[in-house]
Amino acid sequence: MTDVTAAGPTGAGKGSLLNQDDRTGKRNRAEGRFKMYGLIAVCIGIGMLVLLLISILSNGLSSFQQTTLRIQVDLPEDKLDKSGVRDPSVMSKVTTFGYAPLLRDGLVATLAANGIETELSDKDVAELISDESVAQLRNRVLANPDVIGTTIEVNALASGRIDGYYKDRVTMASAERDSNISPEQLQLADRLKEAGLLGTSFNWLFFTAPDASDTRPEAAGLGVAILGSLYMMLIVLVLALPIGVAASIYLEEFAPQNRWTDLIEVNISNLAAVPSIVFGILGLAIFINFAGLPQSAPIVGGLVLTLMTLPTIIIATRAALKAVPPSIRDAALGLGASKMQSVFHHVLPLAMPGILTGTIIGLAQALGETAPLLLIGMVAFVREYPDSPLDGGFFDPATALPVQIFNWTQRSDPAFVERASGAIIVLLLFLLVMNLTAIFLRRKFERRW
Amino acid sequence: MKDTNMTENAVTTDTPKITARGVQVYYGDTHAIKDVDVEIAANTVTAFIGPSGCGKSTFLRCINRMNDTIPIARVEGDIRIDGEDIYDKRVDPVQLRAKVGMVFQKPNPFPKSIYDNVAYGPRIHGLSKNKADLDEIVENALRRAALWDEAKDRLQQPGTGLSGGQQQRLCIARAVATAPEILLMDEPCSALDPIATAQVEELIDELRQNYSVVIVTHSMQQAARVSQKTAFFHLGHLVEYGETGKIFTSPEDPRTESYISGRIG
Ligand SMILES: Nc1ncnc2c1ncn2[C@@H]1O[C@H](COP(=O)(O)OP(=O)(O)OP(=O)(O)O)[C@@H](O)[C@H]1O
Ligand SMILES: [Mg+2]
Repeated sequence: MTDVTAAGPTGAGKGSLLNQDDRTGKRNRAEGRFKMYGLIAVCIGIGMLVLLLISILSNGLSSFQQTTLRIQVDLPEDKLDKSGVRDPSVMSKVTTFGYAPLLRDGLVATLAANGIETELSDKDVAELISDESVAQLRNRVLANPDVIGTTIEVNALASGRIDGYYKDRVTMASAERDSNISPEQLQLADRLKEAGLLGTSFNWLFFTAPDASDTRPEAAGLGVAILGSLYMMLIVLVLALPIGVAASIYLEEFAPQNRWTDLIEVNISNLAAVPSIVFGILGLAIFINFAGLPQSAPIVGGLVLTLMTLPTIIIATRAALKAVPPSIRDAALGLGASKMQSVFHHVLPLAMPGILTGTIIGLAQALGETAPLLLIGMVAFVREYPDSPLDGGFFDPATALPVQIFNWTQRSDPAFVERASGAIIVLLLFLLVMNLTAIFLRRKFERRW
Repeated sequence: MKDTNMTENAVTTDTPKITARGVQVYYGDTHAIKDVDVEIAANTVTAFIGPSGCGKSTFLRCINRMNDTIPIARVEGDIRIDGEDIYDKRVDPVQLRAKVGMVFQKPNPFPKSIYDNVAYGPRIHGLSKNKADLDEIVENALRRAALWDEAKDRLQQPGTGLSGGQQQRLCIARAVATAPEILLMDEPCSALDPIATAQVEELIDELRQNYSVVIVTHSMQQAARVSQKTAFFHLGHLVEYGETGKIFTSPEDPRTESYISGRIG
């Protein structure tokens, strides 16, 4: 033995250990190069991500702030409810045209009360306020008729241009060329701001308000889109998780290995690679044209996204089941457990982290999916909130977050770019929360070894 | 210490617990067990010996139909337990495995607590009426597998956190807790130190009072110490089967002789 190692002048181990030989040096250099390539790749990836985040955040963060005006508004009874009986059906006959002058007069009076003088006409002054504020005032009065006959303080939305002025989107120079706003109006806004009557605050309406028309970007919100996405995620979760897990368990643990199961397996893998728009066409043909479900409804969107998510969940679940060592199944079966007991007591709990991760990744994919939803009409302009799911809300028209983003990027007013970027931030936050949930669940289940 | 057993146990009852006739096992095209006939008596310890890869585990797995779980495995022939064909269509393998316990060659504790590992069998078979009952079964099983002293303070810790030898004893405890009629042990002492081995051998001897035990072992000394009957397998054939004393002192087949004296395997 000792002879063999000690002899051999051709052996690899000759020479001092303190000097690196050629081969070792070469190997180390190759390893160093490889590490560097990896590091470069990681840096490129991170750099792209940072660029993306910077561009989105710089465009979109401002949508979480909104400019409002504090105005004292008189609500004379003879204009709003001549009869004086506060009958809602009579009161609602007064349209927004009846309320617009009240708001205008209120603003003019507020200016006067605070000693702000202006050469602008009352009509131009009123342009500082968003049209949406009139509708909001009307809703407020109809909801609470007691305020009629009194003077109330209104936090009116500033118009999109004024809002843009305080977000550096509109400047004096651009206002010169803009038919919707004049530099004088901007100066008036500045003076209102000095008097503390105009200010910016957190934009809750962005999360709760429905979409708004092209001329009112300041009022556009994600309320309907968030609800629609939530409804669809619920449908996907309730349908895709049990179906996907049941199918995987059957295929992985119970089904005989033959040509049919091979065929099914290949098809499921292919299905996962089918472009999502194809699922949209399928949904249009089957759920809307054939089954007669309503267009733009979360139920159809949810079903289409379920079809799309199923392969992802099945593949992830099967991989998770496969990763459970067979010796665990043997151990359970050897003790006289039935197949089902061995699966549900031992295999499934061990596969749970993988299944949950797959499911959440599938859900996250579905949440960001746009193309199939365009085909089933979810890009519609929807201002009505869908009802609660218990009242058939799944069948009411709604939009979805990614579709709303798409929709806003199609509009001409640059204020909608801000809205779209803001919506992207919201979408990314939702995805972040989902991924954190996945990590949390994985940790929680893994702790049970 | 067990040598005395060997002689006094040489007399055993003649009712066969397990009878195998013309058993063939194929893994796909591999013919792993070739025409094996064997009769295993009740209340005896039977040792399977033979070189690695000769089919000991494969034959053992036929007795509780664990080969059913290997898609490519095919078993032919006739195996009876108490005269009943266990490959009969009416036999539910799950019921069979509750009666024929098994300790696997590689320790395979569940990734659950030590307690839950041992309690799993009794739980699914409804062997305990209440928690105290179950505690007793678990303690008993762990004591018999010589693991109690090491495990009693960490019953709620994961079984997978034990050492290799401890895991092996945990698997023995788990199999014993289900109270099977026949216990198949595939190299149960391969990772145990001499003291734990002696304890497990003591357990095997004790189990013999009520059960039939079939043990696969690579240790001739162990086979000689614990078993009353020994079967020598070689390349899928059952070469020689008989009283342990006779196999080790005067084997009939030259292959047995050379294996025992260390020339094959
Ligand atoms: N699952 C399997 N699939 C295919 N062939 C197998 C399988 N299990 C065992 N075999 C083959 O069957 C033959 C017998 O294997 P077996 O495990 O029964 O041997 P053994 O006697 O238990 O050996 P050891 O002492 O090493 O455990 C071997 O040739 C092996 O390659
Ligand atoms: Mg073996």
